[in-house]
Amino acid sequence: MSTLFNISLSPHSHSQETTKKLMFGVVIALLPALFTSIFYFGYGALIVTSVSVISCLVFEYLIQRFLLKKPVSVTDGSALVTGLLLAFNVPSNLPVHIIIIGSLVSIGIAKMTFGGLGNNPFNPALVGRVFMLISFPVQMTSWPVPAGFNTGYTDAVTGATPLAIVKEGLKNGEPLSDLITQIPTPSQMFLGNMGGSLGEIAAIALLIGFVYLLMRKIITWHIPVSIIATIGIFTTILWLANPAKNADPMFHILAGGVLLGAVFMATDYVTSPMNPKAQIIYGIGIGILTVVIRVWGAYPEGVSFAILIMNAFVPLMNRYIKPGRFGEEVKNG
Amino acid sequence: MKTFQKGGIHPPENKLTAAKQTEVLPLPVSVAIPVSQHIGAPATVIVNKGDSVKTGQVIAGSKGFVSVNIHSSVSGKVNKIDSIVDTTGYKQTAVFIDVEGDEWVDSVDRSDDIITDIKLSSEEIISRCQESGIVGLGGATFPSHVKLSVPSGKRCDLLIINGVECEPYLTADHRLMLEKGKEILVGISILMKALKIKRAQVGIENNKTDAIVHLKKLAASFEGIEICPLRVKYPQGAEKQLIKALTGREVPSGRLPIDVNVVVHNAGTAFAVYEAVQKNKPLIERVVTITGKTLANPGNYLVRIGTPVSLLIEKAGGLPDDTGKIISGGPMMGKALINTDIPVVKGMSGIILFPSSESDRMPSQPCIRCAKCVSVCPLGLEPYLLMLLAQKGLFEKAEEERITDCMECGSCSYTCPAGRPLLDYIRLGKSTVIKMARERVVK
Ligand code: SF4
Ligand code: SF4
Repeated sequence: MSTLFNISLSPHSHSQETTKKLMFGVVIALLPALFTSIFYFGYGALIVTSVSVISCLVFEYLIQRFLLKKPVSVTDGSALVTGLLLAFNVPSNLPVHIIIIGSLVSIGIAKMTFGGLGNNPFNPALVGRVFMLISFPVQMTSWPVPAGFNTGYTDAVTGATPLAIVKEGLKNGEPLSDLITQIPTPSQMFLGNMGGSLGEIAAIALLIGFVYLLMRKIITWHIPVSIIATIGIFTTILWLANPAKNADPMFHILAGGVLLGAVFMATDYVTSPMNPKAQIIYGIGIGILTVVIRVWGAYPEGVSFAILIMNAFVPLMNRYIKPGRFGEEVKNG
Repeated sequence: MKTFQKGGIHPPENKLTAAKQTEVLPLPVSVAIPVSQHIGAPATVIVNKGDSVKTGQVIAGSKGFVSVNIHSSVSGKVNKIDSIVDTTGYKQTAVFIDVEGDEWVDSVDRSDDIITDIKLSSEEIISRCQESGIVGLGGATFPSHVKLSVPSGKRCDLLIINGVECEPYLTADHRLMLEKGKEILVGISILMKALKIKRAQVGIENNKTDAIVHLKKLAASFEGIEICPLRVKYPQGAEKQLIKALTGREVPSGRLPIDVNVVVHNAGTAFAVYEAVQKNKPLIERVVTITGKTLANPGNYLVRIGTPVSLLIEKAGGLPDDTGKIISGGPMMGKALINTDIPVVKGMSGIILFPSSESDRMPSQPCIRCAKCVSVCPLGLEPYLLMLLAQKGLFEKAEEERITDCMECGSCSYTCPAGRPLLDYIRLGKSTVIKMARERVVK
């Protein structure tokens, strides 16, 4: 009896999956979209992303170290993901000081005041984005047109996004058939050749990221698929009811932030529901709210607001929507 | 291929000893045989210090219905009746015997002949199981005769034989099915006779294709026994999950398999029943897998009950220097042993040695609400929530959230990327809730 053995309780094995590995998995899944963004927006994409990531990491470190005097967990990768997503949700010509303010709101207010990772009710990157949208509406809605490295950073040539063109046009009574000719074709949109937030433009890149996330089992299909399907079905109904006034479902899914939102923002672990049933309801809610805001609301885009609104219902859903228990009812097969 | 639907995980299989023929472990110099190797009342010691005993002789008698006899696994002299630390880490009474030769009681048929003709009646089989000390050998060690005695008002229409062995590393049942297939099938026929039913299904996971093929061939000459391959998924060896996988029936929360007209026995138990009924041989030895990545010579051994674990380790190449943990059972549900003097008991299916690098848990971090624990729980519970409730002492709420359903399979803790000790807290909550419920009944 010379050796002392470890006598911890079962289980004695672990999957070796860690928070850090999951977060870096998300980072990898975001890379295709980041590369397409750099391809289309050049220096702007690089500068905005770097500033956002660095300031999120620095704010997390400073707050944990000096304000909260808690162990610093900045290496867990969650602030890195927030930084990337924050950059993905803004135009590539956004001035540095606004990005820094947005990062401070994301990390300092949306995440740390609630107790840090795991405790924040609202998606930090989206809180940062909405804060910037309200505080700096002009800068947050000027969208550089894709021109690769031929364009500058804050002096990039800007134009309206497809969603804005359609929304404004319809408001002014222009026929939809005319408006369609002013926006990129579906295949251009699919490849990301359109104005918009830094990371939302290329459907193909986001879908590659989605497949990676599914394969690595970082997320499940429930939230993204229910959001996209709901938007698809809802806009199909509107389109069939009045094709002259309502854009087709393809347009709604490809133009704007639906894919970025559905795959990367709404699936944020901390702020989404804890079981498949609730996740599907959450996804349907986001889908419906997105279309309502886009078609009847004041903004051309509604994904961010839809996700934040549904974030608010997550605690309630976790409380009342329970996973199907084994042996709940007597089933005889 | 069939499996259960809800939750489950796929830990690395690590079945290092799957191809290792079972060897007979040499007799130890002395054995320590605990009187409580089963769920239920410990048996009462009926021998005294200095008594000579034979192999197979009863040394402790069953006390009440939920209890079984304990037999001497060796011949020799009772050295003392004292306490010993067992697998649970607690001290309990054991009979210490110094081995002298190997003289068996006369009633045991020690020949190798396989007897297929079942002479005993249903009632005789059931009492023979209790007399022979037969308990569930999958690890739960519930007395088998209790499961065979179907309570009045309940009906059984199917016997399920658990040959799943879903825990990583373990191969004892696998080897037994390959080497003693025919005996197991006779054992199954005996169990069917005891239950007075005509149908049995043997569930075997598809990582044991050789055993599936072998038993399928043999089963052709037995009536009513079906061999069913299952898709590999942990914890398919859990009764409720196995029943679900094979029949689609769901045992309701807080109820037993018999409530869905099923009785489940382990493949190893079927073999023990064969030996008890056809050969009159009590349960005095079992197959134990001794394994581990750092072990020189992992293998499967037929071991007498009461043999110290150290002998088994010695036979397998000796204790590697950097051993950090010794596990009795599987890595998912097994118990860590505090020393190697602990005796082999009826419920011990394997001994696994972990190097120190794999022995420590990762540090616990904040819950990131990834819902992975929820998605792997085979019972549809919310482990993150149950842990939180147990931590905060909100036991009434934990009871509402069905904490007592938890079967402690460990899938949640295994999966949690934040390394949270979910099951530790769930156990705490569960035992508190069970205590509360008992007090309610008393009042
Ligand atoms: S240990 Fe309990 S709570 Fe955890 S997965 Fe298994 S049954 Fe579910
Ligand atoms: S698996 Fe761990 S981190 Fe994920 S929700 Fe469960 S307890 Fe939290």
